[in-house]
Amino acid sequence: MKLLSTALLLSGLAVASCSFSSCQDKNNTDDPTPEVGEMDLEFDHVVGSQALVLDAATYTNAAGNPFTVSLFNYYVSNIKLTKADGTEWAEPESYHLVKENEAATQKVTLKQIPAGTYTKLTFTIGVDSARNVAGAQTGALDPSHGMFWTWNTGYIFTKLEGRSAQASGNGGLTFHVGGFRAPNNTIRTVSPALPNGTPLYIRADHAPEVHLKVNVLGMFNGPTAASNIDFRTLSNTMGGAQSVKVANNYAAGMFRIDHVHTN
Amino acid sequence: MNLRLLQRRARLSWGLAGLLVTACGPADEAARPAETVPGSTLPANFPPPVYVLDQNPPDRAAFELGRQLFYDPRLSRDGSVSCGSCHQQFAAFAHADHPVSHGVASRLGTRNAPALQNLRWSRSLLWDGGVANLEVFPLAPLTNPVEMDETLDRVLAKLNADAAYPRRFAQVYGAGPITSQQLLRALAQFTASLTSANSRYDRHARGEASGPWSTAEQRGLTVFRASCAGCHATDLFTDESFRNNGLDATFAADSGRAHITGAARDRGKFKVPSLRNVARTAPYMHDGRFTTLPQVLAHYDHGVVASPTLDPLLRQPDGRRGLPLTAPQQADLLAFLQTLTDESFLSNPQLAAPR
Ligand code: HEC
Ligand code: HEC
Repeated sequence: MKLLSTALLLSGLAVASCSFSSCQDKNNTDDPTPEVGEMDLEFDHVVGSQALVLDAATYTNAAGNPFTVSLFNYYVSNIKLTKADGTEWAEPESYHLVKENEAATQKVTLKQIPAGTYTKLTFTIGVDSARNVAGAQTGALDPSHGMFWTWNTGYIFTKLEGRSAQASGNGGLTFHVGGFRAPNNTIRTVSPALPNGTPLYIRADHAPEVHLKVNVLGMFNGPTAASNIDFRTLSNTMGGAQSVKVANNYAAGMFRIDHVHTN
Repeated sequence: MNLRLLQRRARLSWGLAGLLVTACGPADEAARPAETVPGSTLPANFPPPVYVLDQNPPDRAAFELGRQLFYDPRLSRDGSVSCGSCHQQFAAFAHADHPVSHGVASRLGTRNAPALQNLRWSRSLLWDGGVANLEVFPLAPLTNPVEMDETLDRVLAKLNADAAYPRRFAQVYGAGPITSQQLLRALAQFTASLTSANSRYDRHARGEASGPWSTAEQRGLTVFRASCAGCHATDLFTDESFRNNGLDATFAADSGRAHITGAARDRGKFKVPSLRNVARTAPYMHDGRFTTLPQVLAHYDHGVVASPTLDPLLRQPDGRRGLPLTAPQQADLLAFLQTLTDESFLSNPQLAAPR
């Protein structure tokens, strides 16, 4: 008790001496309320150059298979911002489920970001392995969203369902990508480039809006022709080696930052 | 309360005996002093738990809620099947006499319902280890079409519309609609409480009074340590690994662990089950193929089938398969396996369906 009051007295003196001298300016990292700002991420779902419209439009992948989409959901987690000097800010409890059929989920607002100039945006498509095996979760990770495998514990990171006349079997497309254990780990972390390398300026009065184009074709069209997915041979995956192919494809280019409103 | 015990206590102190007599009247349960929640103490002869106490600290109201849910058939689609239908206390929460499970509309599953005991120590659940955490476990039977065939949303809607549940959940988790997390954590209060550590073997192992320990039991223990404990290890009687104990040559019906890992080297491997209360958990093996323990011992002695993933412990240096067990050794093993029966667990009124 006595120690504590001595400490309080001393720190009081320190504050007092500061206010008399000019050390306030030099020590602004000690400022009890550092400047923070916000940033929005907006996810715009497209298929090539077309907008994604569920159950209506027919699209064609690189393998030449026509298809429609009835459901498109994915997790974005562990969002990070990095400054040129390597300083990193990570959103706490960073788990977001984005759904094509729920517009409100397509905008994620990051809050309480220390003001600064950030040169890199990083996030995970999917959910880190720790949360895959943790106990019952809430929010975006609530198993009631239908993005959790009950018989083989783990989240479905990306879920696309639809139809294609060329798909084997009944013509259904079921791409449930997930799995966090080697050799079929599908957790992918990406840092899509900022347009023209222009950094993100975050200030109390400066909240950038980052518009991402999320291209559904990124799941099926790979970086090389060999990695393209042809529905005649693959139209159903629920984890495992085939899911790894899809994850490799989408890590390579499903997410692109289209433009940033600097505000 | 047992009369002899009462008389002994009475010799110790008349006053105390008087108290006990009143406490053990018809109002037995209500008058009992606040008992700890089952499973809140960790047995001294067990390794450290996986689902640690701090993760979901045992709490009377939460435990009672979990117990209510475990025995409530409304959790199934048509209100016909509860967790307790397939997991019966007298069978150490296995499904007595059912080789494979029977779910709603008598739909048949493909696997035998295992005993539920000492789940706090399990690194993975199911015969193939597919579920990684005790808390999320109930999602598997709840949504399995051949078990309870219900959706999480509909279960929550039923609970939220119930006359009693919302108040009971609010008492434990605070006001607001019942969430999936609350449902799962309440159920885990009950499943994690199922600690069986009071068999005659346990008391013997801990050096407590265990009643007479016969020479047959002692010889059986010696055979067990030599032949079985390589897999049925520690006082949990499982090392939690996945092994092929030679039941089949091919695994088209059920590939076991390979179902989860997709790896050929895991084909035909299943989680080593605990042997606690094994005298009460018949039928045996992942598909319930054996109905008696002598059949199981006969399997290990001369029924082990070759396959690429057969466990090395079941291959003898001379090339023979299995674990050679003489008739007297089998009799001793049977005597020993009986000592793993934990009557206080099988009949603990706190674990029975609430009245
Ligand atoms: C229709 C019968 C049935 C119902 C109802 C049922 N179970 Fe089971 N349970 C089983 C079967 C069969 C298994 C083994 C399945 C497997 O390994 O694939 C099992 C396995 C388990 C396990 C894993 C044990 C271990 O050691 O691996 C737990 C825990 C469990 N059940 C708890 C529950 C709970 C809690 C409920 C209610 C929400 C429930 N069960 C409802 C049949 C049932
Ligand atoms: C190589 C490892 C291994 C050894 C050694 C071993 N077991 Fe097993 N045991 C298993 C596995 C794995 C299972 C489950 C197999 C299945 O269902 O597919 C099992 C199942 C059993 C079961 C059925 C339990 C139940 O609840 O269904 C009994 C009983 C049993 N073993 C007894 C023994 C005895 C007694 C010995 C020694 C004579 C022994 N085991 C040796 C691995 C082993």
